[in-house]
Amino acid sequence: MRIPLRWLADYVDIKLPIEELARRLTTAGVEVGEIISSAGEWDGVSVAEVVEVEKHPNADRLTLVTVHLGNDRFERVVCGAPNVAVGQKVAFAPEGTRLIDGHTGEPTVLRRAKIRGVESAGMILSEKELRISDSHEGILMLPENAPVGEPLASVLGETVFDLDLTPNRPDLLSVLGVAREVGALSGSKVRDPSVVYEATGERIKGRVQVDVLDRDLCPRYVAALIEDLKMDESPLWMQQRLIAAGMRPINNVVDITNYVMLETGQPLHAFDYARLKERRIVVRRARPGERLNLLDGTERELSPEMLVIADAEDAVGVAGVIGGAESEVTEETRAVLLESANFSATSIRRTRQALKVETDASRRFEKGLSVHLPLIASQRAVKLMVEVCGGRAAQGLIDVTAIKPKDIRVTLTQERLERVLGVELPSGEVRRVLEGLGFGCRWVPPDRFIVRVPYWRTDVSIADDVVEEVARIVGYDELPTTQLRGEIPAVQRQPIRELRERVRQALAVSGLREVITYSLTDLPTLQKVLPPEELATTPPLRVANPMSREFEYARTTLRGSILQTLTKHIRVSGGRLISVFETGRVYLRNDNDLPHEVETVCAALCGRKPDRWGQPTGGPAGFFEAKAHLEHLLADLRVAAEYREAVEHPYLPGRTAKVAIDGRRVGLLGELHPSVAASFEIKQDVAMFEVDLEAVMPHVPEIVHYKPISPYPLVKEDLAVIVDEDTPAGRVISVIEDSNLVHSVSIFDVYTGQPIPKRKKSLAFSISFQSGDRTLTDEDVAEERKRIVARLGRELGATLRA
Amino acid sequence: MTSVSDPISEIEDSAVRELGGVGDSSQLEAWRHAYLGRKGKLTLVLRGLADLPLEERRSLGAEANRIKLRLEAAYEDQLARLEQDRLAKVTEGERLDVTLPGSPLPRGGLHPITQTLRDVLKAFENLGFQVVEGPEIEWDHYNFEALRIPADHPARDMWDTLWIDHERDGKRSMLLRTHTSPNQIRIMERTQPPIRVVVPGKCYRFEATDPTHEWMMTQVEGLAIDDGISMADLKGTLAEFARRIFGEERRVAFRCDYFPFVEPGMELRIDCFICRGEGCRTCGRTGWIEILGAGMVHPEIIANAGYDPDRYTGFAFGLGVERIALLRHGVDDIRHFYANDLRFLQQF
Repeated sequence: MRIPLRWLADYVDIKLPIEELARRLTTAGVEVGEIISSAGEWDGVSVAEVVEVEKHPNADRLTLVTVHLGNDRFERVVCGAPNVAVGQKVAFAPEGTRLIDGHTGEPTVLRRAKIRGVESAGMILSEKELRISDSHEGILMLPENAPVGEPLASVLGETVFDLDLTPNRPDLLSVLGVAREVGALSGSKVRDPSVVYEATGERIKGRVQVDVLDRDLCPRYVAALIEDLKMDESPLWMQQRLIAAGMRPINNVVDITNYVMLETGQPLHAFDYARLKERRIVVRRARPGERLNLLDGTERELSPEMLVIADAEDAVGVAGVIGGAESEVTEETRAVLLESANFSATSIRRTRQALKVETDASRRFEKGLSVHLPLIASQRAVKLMVEVCGGRAAQGLIDVTAIKPKDIRVTLTQERLERVLGVELPSGEVRRVLEGLGFGCRWVPPDRFIVRVPYWRTDVSIADDVVEEVARIVGYDELPTTQLRGEIPAVQRQPIRELRERVRQALAVSGLREVITYSLTDLPTLQKVLPPEELATTPPLRVANPMSREFEYARTTLRGSILQTLTKHIRVSGGRLISVFETGRVYLRNDNDLPHEVETVCAALCGRKPDRWGQPTGGPAGFFEAKAHLEHLLADLRVAAEYREAVEHPYLPGRTAKVAIDGRRVGLLGELHPSVAASFEIKQDVAMFEVDLEAVMPHVPEIVHYKPISPYPLVKEDLAVIVDEDTPAGRVISVIEDSNLVHSVSIFDVYTGQPIPKRKKSLAFSISFQSGDRTLTDEDVAEERKRIVARLGRELGATLRA
Repeated sequence: MTSVSDPISEIEDSAVRELGGVGDSSQLEAWRHAYLGRKGKLTLVLRGLADLPLEERRSLGAEANRIKLRLEAAYEDQLARLEQDRLAKVTEGERLDVTLPGSPLPRGGLHPITQTLRDVLKAFENLGFQVVEGPEIEWDHYNFEALRIPADHPARDMWDTLWIDHERDGKRSMLLRTHTSPNQIRIMERTQPPIRVVVPGKCYRFEATDPTHEWMMTQVEGLAIDDGISMADLKGTLAEFARRIFGEERRVAFRCDYFPFVEPGMELRIDCFICRGEGCRTCGRTGWIEILGAGMVHPEIIANAGYDPDRYTGFAFGLGVERIALLRHGVDDIRHFYANDLRFLQQF
């Protein structure tokens, strides 16, 4: 909402400096997004008259426009606007003028330029270029009586507050509404505009009939009739105000409806009285399939959910949203039926969404306007039509009201005020603030206020709403500040969150860099990284209104996002080792309930290992580099995992392991299948792992239990055995470990080739023997070692390496 | 009768002589073994004392102990000298170029949003708030309806929504949560006051991206409900938070703002630390930067939770972690965070 300050001053004295006023309004919840002072910005721009329009010789959509700048100075410019015509008054900017670029919105300086071979001496400006509105469709047309050659600032110059309003305050979509805020904040009285006029016409009764068939959707309909009026341009002052507020002047009748809407907040519509069949207004739901030509030039099919304004036969407008073309006022119009009504906010909102037509009227109605307003606005508009258009107002108005508008009263206790704000305010101050805002406020001793809510404040209905009114006018910053006291609630553990944070920390410490990627992805990416069966049994949730194809599905795996990140990193890494991970949720469909959101971690490595100097000259990082990080992570969590060879898309068979804890699968580890890597445009080897944190969680000990350190010495021995080539070392280790006297075992060599027989390999282990209750003798160790070797022979066919 | 005095002085002589010829630490250890070890010559003598008559034991014992102490001292001296020789060699001949880089270690790290989020949560945890989480894919009920934003309410335009392709009773009802506020309702459903929690998490909006807008974002919701919590407590809590995150000297200001689920509603602003309140690009020439939205929990929501609205009051707030990270690190474009450019991430 744009509030021209000179207009505002009609209703309230502006006592504060403009910057300070803007600050106080903003603090009170009426955010002044920008103070636009056109005067300073329009240096050099002046009023010009279009005297000639020719076609551009080299471009169909451009014209050559000659403008008169006053004192017989003429300039020719190239113009792209469709609405330029001889006789118009326009805003002309010569070269060197500072402007807002109409296309980019950035500040720029206008230069003399050749456009398609023809030199342009300057520019005819649009509203956007002048920052009057966001409209860049055509040039700004000035009032016909604007003096040629005058600086634009002296014709249109204004300081305007551009407000960023919240949806609960439709009353502030009016200059008068903002004036009330200014009055309350600065202690000034508000002057309501006059609604007194002389009705010199006949009685309206019998000459206009209004039937409201759907009173739920139209609680009030006020109709007025003005006859014998003269269609014309509206007076300069009115056009100036409309332009400053961001509206385009059209003709005196339409301008008055817009002016009164901007003034009071109540949208109005003017019908050509002569074009209403049987002089009747019927407010009803649209018939199925009913069609209407709208004022915006489109023809629409309506539906029975939509409320229309009709005459005796056809719809003539979509109620509260947009008028129809047939009943539009034109130069021939002599009598106007003026509609000032209240419509259901919900109905208006649904209709404008269905029609995809948003107007100044719908924006106001859908926020819920007061049922008091139609009468006031109607009288105000009739007064202006009488004064400005020379019309004769019919005596009386037709006022169809479904509900009797009644005042809302709210009881506010001192106790509540203090409970919410944390401070006791003197009752006199509370009254002063509320009365300044137009509330009625009666102090009822010993402890309460009876507050009457003014009709325009449709957002206030309970005591706490009134508390906010008091607080925001006093100023939140003026209220006290304290720290929370009282009991701190009992702790609720969040084990999955705690686990995820530990995982993040452990992986970052082990040298992986965390990335965070989008939770939505596309189907082709999921297809690349998931086995088809998995995608078929757990299809991803689809977004009904995706922003783009790229973000259409809720991801069921982190693989795709991690690989996409890798692709990006490879481009800038210069072959250096890239190690990344992400922790995040995947979303698994869960019938008709919310999906199961599973905390997952996925990591990937790609690139060559560094040498002494950190240069990427080593071999490519592979399975074991990825496994190192995973082992580090699991050790950090104090869980022991088993690794079993597995075959699973998108990993490379022979280089893939299923990761399990106590026999339960918790994740995968392996090298990425090169064909999958290629589908992400990765030519290098990639090693990855992924872990389902919910599966790991039950195995993570909450606390580490101390084991006594044995006071008895460790005895270290090496053991080398020969086993079949495909016997996993892990199985040998678990046999060795399964002994009371073995403290620890580690592998230090894997060897194939001479003199080891074909299809066999030699594994060498370093074993530490220790007992918790005595010093082991040489004989103890020899015996246990013999037992282990025998068991390895029996269970794995292992022989001692000579 | 044989005198034992001869062998013992011989032992001393030979030990001293041999020690003079020791050139490295392994020779020194062999020497120690030969004389002072478990089966060393002097040790054997000392062990043999027990078999001698008292008189001899006394005189020979004293002598043997004197020699033992002397040899031990000589050993320590020799050890120190050898170590000194070795170090001299190292410092002279094997000096390092200390300006060369250390051996390479992989350097990992946390995403800047994770880092900022952790700092934010820590600030609130220190104020007695607990961290809990909730679902990212939500029902319309929790995201809107229960927060006093019914269908067709104009306030719905404040949150452009990504809907899941799923209908219940012919209506879209599942969505990607547009804010963390649904957790206010979820927490009240399962707990009784006093409540003091913060809820971090990802949120999503149907939104075109630009330097200050991203369609995925991280929020932190706060909720405190108890008998006697007032707007003054809300102001105090948020001011304390702002100081902890942005520094002691930060000034904070509150202004009235609107969210359907709070009454009164407010916005917290801090003085711009780029221009110190003068007005610049970062603060949109106002001198103030908007940090978060907050307010007193609407009494209708308190009552819907089954709490007595005359007794219990509380506050709620919601802040955007990306915005705080932008301000703290001076990042000029919010899209950097989830573009995951290595050159960006490595800076944190």
